[in-house]
Amino acid sequence: MDRRTISLTVNGKRITRDVETRQHLGDFLRRELGLTGTHLGCEHGVCGACTILLDGEAVRSCLMLAVQADGRHVTTTEGLASADGALSPLQQAFWEEHGLQCGFCTPGMLTTLTAFLRENPNPTEDEVRDAISGNLCRCTGYANIVAAALSAARRMRGEA
Amino acid sequence: MDRPRSIGASVKRVEDPAILKGGGRYVDDLALPGMLEVAFVRSSEAHARIRGIDTQAAAALEGVHAVWTYKELGGDKRMVQANPHPLLKQNITQYPLARDEVCYVGETIAMVIAENRYIAEDAAQLVQVDYEPLAAVIDLRMAAKADAPRAHLDSPDNLVARLGQKFGDAEGAFKNAAHVFRESYLQHRGGCHSMECRGVVASYEAFSDQLTLWSSTQSPYLIRGFLSQYLGREEQRIRVVAPDVGGGFGPKAAHYPEEVALALAALKIGRPLKWIEDRREHFVSTTQQRDQAWEVEVACDAQGKVLAIRARVLHDHGAYVPYGLLLALGSVNNFPGPYTIGAVDLAIDVIFTNTVPTTPIRGAGRPYANFILERSMDCVARNLKLDRAEVRRRNLVRKEQMPYSTGAKLPNGKPVMFDSGDYHGVLEMVLKNSRYENREARREEALKRGKRLGFGLSSYNEDTGIAPFEGASVRVFPSGKVVVTSGAGAQGQGVRTVLAQIAAEQLGVKPEDVLVEIGDTSLFPMGMSTVGSRTTVTAGSSVHLAAVEVRAKAIRLAAEALECAPVDLEIDAGAVRLKGVPDKHVTLADLARRLAGQVNVPSPAGFTPGLEATAYHAVERPVYANGANVAVVEVDAQTGDVEVLDYFVAHDCGTLVNPQLVEGQIVGGVAHGISNVLFERMVYDKESGQPQTTNYGEYLLITAPEMPQMHLAHMETPSPWNPLGVKGAGEGGTIPCLAAVVSAVEDAIGAKVNEYPLSPERIVELMTG
Repeated sequence: MDRRTISLTVNGKRITRDVETRQHLGDFLRRELGLTGTHLGCEHGVCGACTILLDGEAVRSCLMLAVQADGRHVTTTEGLASADGALSPLQQAFWEEHGLQCGFCTPGMLTTLTAFLRENPNPTEDEVRDAISGNLCRCTGYANIVAAALSAARRMRGEA
Repeated sequence: MDRPRSIGASVKRVEDPAILKGGGRYVDDLALPGMLEVAFVRSSEAHARIRGIDTQAAAALEGVHAVWTYKELGGDKRMVQANPHPLLKQNITQYPLARDEVCYVGETIAMVIAENRYIAEDAAQLVQVDYEPLAAVIDLRMAAKADAPRAHLDSPDNLVARLGQKFGDAEGAFKNAAHVFRESYLQHRGGCHSMECRGVVASYEAFSDQLTLWSSTQSPYLIRGFLSQYLGREEQRIRVVAPDVGGGFGPKAAHYPEEVALALAALKIGRPLKWIEDRREHFVSTTQQRDQAWEVEVACDAQGKVLAIRARVLHDHGAYVPYGLLLALGSVNNFPGPYTIGAVDLAIDVIFTNTVPTTPIRGAGRPYANFILERSMDCVARNLKLDRAEVRRRNLVRKEQMPYSTGAKLPNGKPVMFDSGDYHGVLEMVLKNSRYENREARREEALKRGKRLGFGLSSYNEDTGIAPFEGASVRVFPSGKVVVTSGAGAQGQGVRTVLAQIAAEQLGVKPEDVLVEIGDTSLFPMGMSTVGSRTTVTAGSSVHLAAVEVRAKAIRLAAEALECAPVDLEIDAGAVRLKGVPDKHVTLADLARRLAGQVNVPSPAGFTPGLEATAYHAVERPVYANGANVAVVEVDAQTGDVEVLDYFVAHDCGTLVNPQLVEGQIVGGVAHGISNVLFERMVYDKESGQPQTTNYGEYLLITAPEMPQMHLAHMETPSPWNPLGVKGAGEGGTIPCLAAVVSAVEDAIGAKVNEYPLSPERIVELMTG
């Protein structure tokens, strides 16, 4: 069993751990760090539930190894709210627009859209739909997720 | 004093803040001290005899604690039948781990218990199963033939059951009808695909002799009962918990081999065990809803009034019967739908195949039934050159006929009756909203862009709030906190929010101040299952009845405390107050304290202990939600690509407790329906029985860009048959959707479409004849 020591920053906290080299990042976050907000829905990179932010970019934590995150900055769904626990504008919009039902795909939707809205603060509805086209949801029919993203974008632009 | 009502408001969900911050508690999030992890060895053969299993290499792997077959596990009985039925001819359930025969690819054969899942999966690969391959039967129509191979070695044939639904004089109607039309239909809906796969954690605690099972299930109480029967252990000594469940959609209502295997193993090994289904396992072990083949005859008069419908149906049941016959029954029991069809004669043969067992998925057979009824209405319209909406107008049950007896019987022998609703009203509503009359102009506009546009129609009704019960307790603690407990569970619908709203309405508190505790058999004595659009009707009504009783008790006690008449009191902001003099009040906390008891002090005379009440709303018969849908699609004639542009819903589920949540259910249900028609197909190799779509590259689900613009409208006809006037809303989005989309594609391409799913290739085939 090959092991290595890695150091990375997770939700602003510096972490050093000895990990098995074959462990994927999603399992590392959930099992070693107890950050169970990241969900594993397919473990083959299609459903998007396990999406995290790696140096600000949305990536699938089931498709990379924990050792590949050495030296990087990881943000999970637990790291999206502000330090005092207040929901981010996107999280707040998900709550108001009923953008989640079972909540299993939600972490991946939130991380994907957080990265997207940073790059495109004034998206069209079609652009939002494209942005989450790699995230599966069986409950909502996506409509309220799209509405939440547009509402959050408006709020973050100071329009609402 | 007027205060904002809780019922009818789009209250933000009490479930959400935790989930949004990553604080949901799904079964895989549970990590118990000393917990080991399990991987299953599953059959690679569709049908085989097991000659032997070599576990030696697996057991020798470092980190492996045990590798067990049925012998070591002690699971030598077949699993409990979840839904016994007198017509169930071959009641064959699985063994938790197979004994000497496997009957589908994915069937559990052995379990590996190891330090973690990585090691468990490594070891599972080292288990050598010596198979003697047997002839497998995969194709439904093949399996129904007398000379077909048997899906089970010892079976006389592949017939699980022959069921029917019959009333009225169909034979007479067919003899005398002006027109008789015959059509064949093929339906296939695919798999479950909740985003959270299944999962189980089992723990036995010897100190209190308590077995606890956490399962991602819709039916914790039923699972407790089945485990009790299987293990011979008192229900009181078994606790089943459904924590946050990441979607259910029906298949998670069933009882699975892994639940029994983990319970048995946890008792034996004395350490907590976890098994989390991975997505490939989901494709080969979670129940599905695959093929039905229908031969349908419709008799109608010269005006298009349908007089009788007759059908012979084959239903693919898969390899076992874990869940009785509910899916097949649901497919025929929902005739005549929302229509006044005087005679129905249906026979359905439930057939074994060597594939994953089938059980209900969202709609539970009703989408199959609705598809046949709606396609039949379109068939009548096509043949008589009538407008499709007009044919429905001529056949729908009229408002003044309510309550309407269809002629069919409920399982208890009582007549099927629709409680209320304006079926024509919702149809006109959706026609108007979709500008159905204007469709030719829209069609021409699309043609100019080289696209073929079509409108599809579908009406439906649904028996919701099905028997027998879900109970609830409403309790005010001396802290003033209102707590609701119920046997009902939740898989994302927002049940906690809805029950909190219903309690808050009576007790004058805010919904967010009501704590709702559900999904845990230790919290409430009895429960059934969260299925069949039933929870708001059953548990909601029980919460209402209990809260009314608590309210009356509080007012009665407050009247004594304040020395006034109960009629002069009202309840608001956590206290019982004198009307017009809100400062003269006694808080619910204080009243709860008085009823909480004190040693050697008698309780107030005439009051039972505790500011609490328990109620079980008795369901005698279901209540019927209804609606009408219009789908607007564009088809690319070159590629066969279908785009659903707009989707219109007019819907009546009685009193809307939380409109935003109802709309969420409908939109999600429509997405499921569109996905079934345009994307999902569970493919098996017809010879070998190997599943060929076992990941999301091979099996497609609808994604955000494919969703149409949704246009929803509500009609609110309260049901007279429960105290809140509610009707279920969980499945009404899906039920009519399959037929609406297919009807729209048919309208667009101008060729008959009697099947789904529809791939682009198939659409081009249909167009080119």
